[in-house]
Amino acid sequence: MDFIGAYSLPNVKFLLEGFLVTIEVAVLSIVFSFVLGTVLGTLRYAKIPVLSRIVAAIVDIIRNLPLLLIIFFMYIVLPQLGIKMSPFWATVVGLTLFEGAMISEIVRGGLNSVDRGQIEAARSSGLSYMQTLRHIILPQALRRMVPPLVSQFISLLKDTSLAVIISLPELMHNVQILQGHSPNYVIPALIFAAALYFIVNYILSIIARRLEAKTL
Amino acid sequence: MPGKFDIHVLFNHWDRFAEGFIHTIEASVLALIGSFVLGVIIAVMRISPIRVLNVIGTVYVEFIRNIPLLLVVFFFFLGIPSLGLPLDGFTSGTLGLMVYTASFIAEAIRAGIQSVPAGQTEAARATGLSYIQTMLHIVLPQAIKIVLPAIGNQFINLVKNSSILAVVTGMDLMYYADLINSDTFLPLTVYTIVAVFYLVLTLPLSFAVHYMERRFRSADR
Repeated sequence: MDFIGAYSLPNVKFLLEGFLVTIEVAVLSIVFSFVLGTVLGTLRYAKIPVLSRIVAAIVDIIRNLPLLLIIFFMYIVLPQLGIKMSPFWATVVGLTLFEGAMISEIVRGGLNSVDRGQIEAARSSGLSYMQTLRHIILPQALRRMVPPLVSQFISLLKDTSLAVIISLPELMHNVQILQGHSPNYVIPALIFAAALYFIVNYILSIIARRLEAKTL
Repeated sequence: MPGKFDIHVLFNHWDRFAEGFIHTIEASVLALIGSFVLGVIIAVMRISPIRVLNVIGTVYVEFIRNIPLLLVVFFFFLGIPSLGLPLDGFTSGTLGLMVYTASFIAEAIRAGIQSVPAGQTEAARATGLSYIQTMLHIVLPQAIKIVLPAIGNQFINLVKNSSILAVVTGMDLMYYADLINSDTFLPLTVYTIVAVFYLVLTLPLSFAVHYMERRFRSADR
């Protein structure tokens, strides 16, 4: 182990550059997968004939596949079908699909948790379906969805590391490169990387717990 | 044509698909057993009144849950060998899965035990049952309702996460898929077959977990 060599200025800068890519991928994927998840979850909740069934089948298949396979699929298989993406976008699209499927279940669970009686009461007091959704269902469902959503985002940030398989220059990839320079660098580099992931995720999980305490 | 689906790949490369599939199951089952044992120990530490054990359990769970699985696997695959103890891909991958999943199982077990009201333990103890008897006959049968579906979910995650072995040449399904793909140049076929192999394991498991969750929930009413 060589902490002093491993934490030289260029090496630390190199690892932080990797973490920046990690954060970029994570933020984009969080935004996209939240939108996708909300759409899919609402479609499945709405019980539209045929469509809701199809959405349910797709979501269940994606959720039960390894994310690594999905990222690989985006990068290796899609180009053969004429869709070429850089490692960066292959990762973002792969994460969006997988985490979007996960989030859709959180959204559906949140919507289902709102008591049917409230919807009936709102409708019979004269609100339209859209008004009921916007003023009665969503505000209550959203509050219940926040804690599981935050833990899903923590998973997402961790999952960005799987992009090493397609050589995206994110944090874990750069750790691997440093290991190539000298095996003595690897444990210090892993500790540094662990600290970065931990700090961001721990802050997120504290926020999640605060929100949870507030809603219960 | 690389974009076409050719089922012959499955038959021509059956040996390697099967070997990868078996390694995937092996890694998942070994990691499940290991992470269950480790998870029980950590859960007991977290609810124990001894402060040192408590802190160790909490630090383990909080630290491991907030770092990527790949980092844990790299610790075994790259870190430990740098100290002079080489580990192969399968071993380091399985150890990584075990250490990582234990933190989630520990939390599930703790939540299960704490879901049983303290009054029940007190009542059981007051009627003369020993601590072990109370745990065995009163607390654990009730805790299992929360713990069992959670462990089922962790097993599904293990099967999916075991694909990380491919990153460290761990001889699993994803690893062999890569080899078959470089021989055939038919990625659509190869990775579709691999997807089906994973679904064969994960879909029945998730139906089983769903069923358990519903059964236990209706039993509560």
